[in-house]
Amino acid sequence: MTNHWKDIQNADVVLVMGANPAENHPCGFKWALEARDERGAKIITVDPRYTRTSAVADHHLQIRPGSDIAVLGGMIHKILDEGLFHEEYVRLHTNASFMVVEGFGFENGLFAGFDQAQGAYDKTAWEYELGSDGFVRRDLTLQDPRCVFQLMKTHYSRYTPDVVAQIAGCSAEQFLAMADIVCSTGTADRVGTIMYAVGWTMHTVGSQIIRTAAILQLILGNIGRPGGGINALRGHANVQGATDHAIVAGILPGYLSVPSPAQTSLASHLAESIPKPLVPDTVNYWGNYPKFLISQLKAWFGDTVGPENEYGYHYLGKPAGDATWLSMWDQAHQGRLEGLVALGFNPLLAGPDVPRLLQAMANLKWKVVIDPFMLDSAEFWRAPDVDPADIQTEVLFLPATHWVERAGSFTNSGRWAQWKEQAIDPPDGVRSDTWILSELFWRVKELYEEEGGAYHEPILNLQWNYLNQREPRLEELAQEINGSDLRTGELLSSFGQIRDDGTTTSGNWLYTGSFTEEGNMMARRGTDDPSGMGFHHDWGFSWPANRRVLYNRASADGDGKPWDASRPGIRWTGDKWIGDVPDYGPTTPPDQAGAFIMTEEGVARLFTTYLVDGPFSEHYEPVESPTPNILHEDVPTNPLIHWYDGVRETLANGRDDYPYVCTVYRVVEREHFVTSNVPYLVELMPDFFVEVPYGLAEEKGIKNGEQVRVWSKRGEVQGVAVVTKRIKPLIVNGETCWTVGVPVHWGFKGITTGSMANNLTPFVGDANTSCPEFKAFLVNMEKA
Amino acid sequence: MDISRRELLKASALAGGAGLVSALGFDLKPAYAAAHDLKISNAREFKTVCPYCAVGCGAIAYVHGSGGINTVNSIIHVEGDPDSPINGGTLCPKGAAQMQLAMSPRLQEGPLHREAGASEWTEVTWDWAMEWFARKFKDSRDASFVERDEEGRTVNRCEGIGWVGSATVANEDAYLITKTMRAMGLVYIDHQARI
Repeated sequence: MTNHWKDIQNADVVLVMGANPAENHPCGFKWALEARDERGAKIITVDPRYTRTSAVADHHLQIRPGSDIAVLGGMIHKILDEGLFHEEYVRLHTNASFMVVEGFGFENGLFAGFDQAQGAYDKTAWEYELGSDGFVRRDLTLQDPRCVFQLMKTHYSRYTPDVVAQIAGCSAEQFLAMADIVCSTGTADRVGTIMYAVGWTMHTVGSQIIRTAAILQLILGNIGRPGGGINALRGHANVQGATDHAIVAGILPGYLSVPSPAQTSLASHLAESIPKPLVPDTVNYWGNYPKFLISQLKAWFGDTVGPENEYGYHYLGKPAGDATWLSMWDQAHQGRLEGLVALGFNPLLAGPDVPRLLQAMANLKWKVVIDPFMLDSAEFWRAPDVDPADIQTEVLFLPATHWVERAGSFTNSGRWAQWKEQAIDPPDGVRSDTWILSELFWRVKELYEEEGGAYHEPILNLQWNYLNQREPRLEELAQEINGSDLRTGELLSSFGQIRDDGTTTSGNWLYTGSFTEEGNMMARRGTDDPSGMGFHHDWGFSWPANRRVLYNRASADGDGKPWDASRPGIRWTGDKWIGDVPDYGPTTPPDQAGAFIMTEEGVARLFTTYLVDGPFSEHYEPVESPTPNILHEDVPTNPLIHWYDGVRETLANGRDDYPYVCTVYRVVEREHFVTSNVPYLVELMPDFFVEVPYGLAEEKGIKNGEQVRVWSKRGEVQGVAVVTKRIKPLIVNGETCWTVGVPVHWGFKGITTGSMANNLTPFVGDANTSCPEFKAFLVNMEKA
Repeated sequence: MDISRRELLKASALAGGAGLVSALGFDLKPAYAAAHDLKISNAREFKTVCPYCAVGCGAIAYVHGSGGINTVNSIIHVEGDPDSPINGGTLCPKGAAQMQLAMSPRLQEGPLHREAGASEWTEVTWDWAMEWFARKFKDSRDASFVERDEEGRTVNRCEGIGWVGSATVANEDAYLITKTMRAMGLVYIDHQARI
């Protein structure tokens, strides 16, 4: 979240799209209700289903799964066409005035620079035009046809209400009734926020859906403001923290980059990681990248690294290419992965394409599953229809402690790290994750010391200076993450103190300040809120720097005056900023630098070269779609999708055999798979079900409560039909389109068992993140 | 004075009780005492955070048992933390059922091993399990480690082992996972955030 849960109370409009927070984040969603009740805010849902959130919303628009970019793009078009944008904000805080090189354009579904042979873009076609001083040329009138503002206007001009309606399956009037409310916040005295979740990320255009939302919120002037922002509602207790600390292919803690083979030295890696300033007055904060990486390597390898060995740069593995979830399973599928460790994770049920994952798992030589509960993934060798005798994988199950048997911090969606206490001791037969990890480390290290083996210098040199080396205390780890000054031995209090000369350590610069000489800031429980804005600076620690609203410099105008005096983010007093922790120099005058300190532009990007599939977003159909792409029939799907071997054959070819769109989701009584062990929750929501629209059920002769079978080209599920009027038939490009839905919570372990929803889903991901397309695919269905 | 919302609630409950006595004109003490003899009255309180979604609701776990090393302590109740600025004491159905997760009879004890082709688990000791784990890990690392790629560039990566998880462990363990596995040279590292 750019903002945080309580901040939603400050909004005038809450657009909920790609999320269902009343169901999946109920106690966070109450802040939207607070905004409605206390300040008359409007809550809007845009969703393929009439959800529990829709039930309490002021307005609901039903759309076809996978049509989000068209709907959001339609609003961008409306705002630019009708002049509803926050003009001063756009001029001041975005790259609207930046000039783009000659020749940029978009034609027949492709942006300029597409290389057919490579299947990739040559991004030099999207670059800014530089002046003789090396900085970007700007047109402050926003009139030049080659400035970002005009290019954006042209690009989204195709998304007229009629086009949106045809793609999304609603009427133009229904779309406009929703859009009128969302587009009403482009003024200084109104603010709108967006709540989204995996309903946006889980598409082959997922990143671009979120970019479209960013463009929408930027032109409305809603980013950086209390009550504004783009808020990703995350689904696990510490999914934010595990991402920050980089249990993620491609990044190191604090969003530093995993080096690539082409970066053959630390110097070359750093050179490519520091962006070049594009305007004279940008802070360009990533210029500090070397400090953060070098201090991280010092935290990991201590005195064994220094300038003489490039601070241990070559201790880090450099992957040959993409190493994310789908690539990992593809390697296993091809028999190239020998072993897999799953800790606190049930990958088999997580999908996509469970039949394919089962084959991949069976190719592993060994697998270790570490969890408090027995999981489907640990017993994949006796999954339904699997003969254990056929599975040669050796499997080890290690029972681990759960959350109240161990202390430590969780970081929530709003970036608040909160310390939790250990309430009880684990039983004798159970070990903590920390113990298991330490034991593995020491035993592997001892094996290398005894018998040698492949390159193992980094293992021998890994710092493990904890009081109990076989089970470090979590406070010690929290201090290592925070970092310290090696000259004084003191804990750092801010990442501004981190140096690139090897005299500081910091495991993760974003968490510097979370555990200082003054103590554990994540354990703070102060409830004061002197500003009345809900910042709560004395409760826990919010990264970065205890800042509660990201980009908050943009909450004020060119003079540092809040756009809305009744809802200030930060305010310039003449010699300093007050309010939230400023996302800007604390005493830097408002006109000294651009508001967006993390970008080389100094402003926010309406147009960017950072994504692989386009500097603006574009509507592409899901890989399994019931309809042609009416914008460009020859390029129906995202042209930058990576296709793994054999996957195209697992996709439906149009709607003939698989006529219905299917989507997957959660229910409030369950959380993924672990709740299948909780009797109250199983009793509340016992059985796997299929949500079938009323009219379709009639057509197929299915009655509420009967068993139905649903199948895709990959696999099938069977469950109780829940016949509902919450999903209505849509008219998409002139044809009737039905959507059915299935929840994800069931497997073959648990108090009750049921079909795995991911038997159905396709093994294909977003072009940028490779997040799989769980949310829109094709199925067929009949009475079982 | 820094009074938290929770302390304030306690204080007003007491004040309310006192007011009741004088307003009614007779002593309700016996009934009042019984009403306050709650099962959590002798429990110790631990501040925790709900383990489910990422709203980060504050919760309080009430524990029976002295905390002594030879005692068995158990959670008897979990409720929302009224001081939390996020949830203000509220919990959803899942959060309200946290105790059944924490104290579940389905929680596993003791490592299990499954031989290739076997149809059942075998109970093993922790020592055996960790020795097996370290041996498999090292052997696969040795077999799949690439020091230099085909272009002769130093890449120092382990291609044969994948690590997944977790979005359910604390930050400190998440950090230790990354630190250790990157030092081992693993590149196939991912967790629930991707999916």
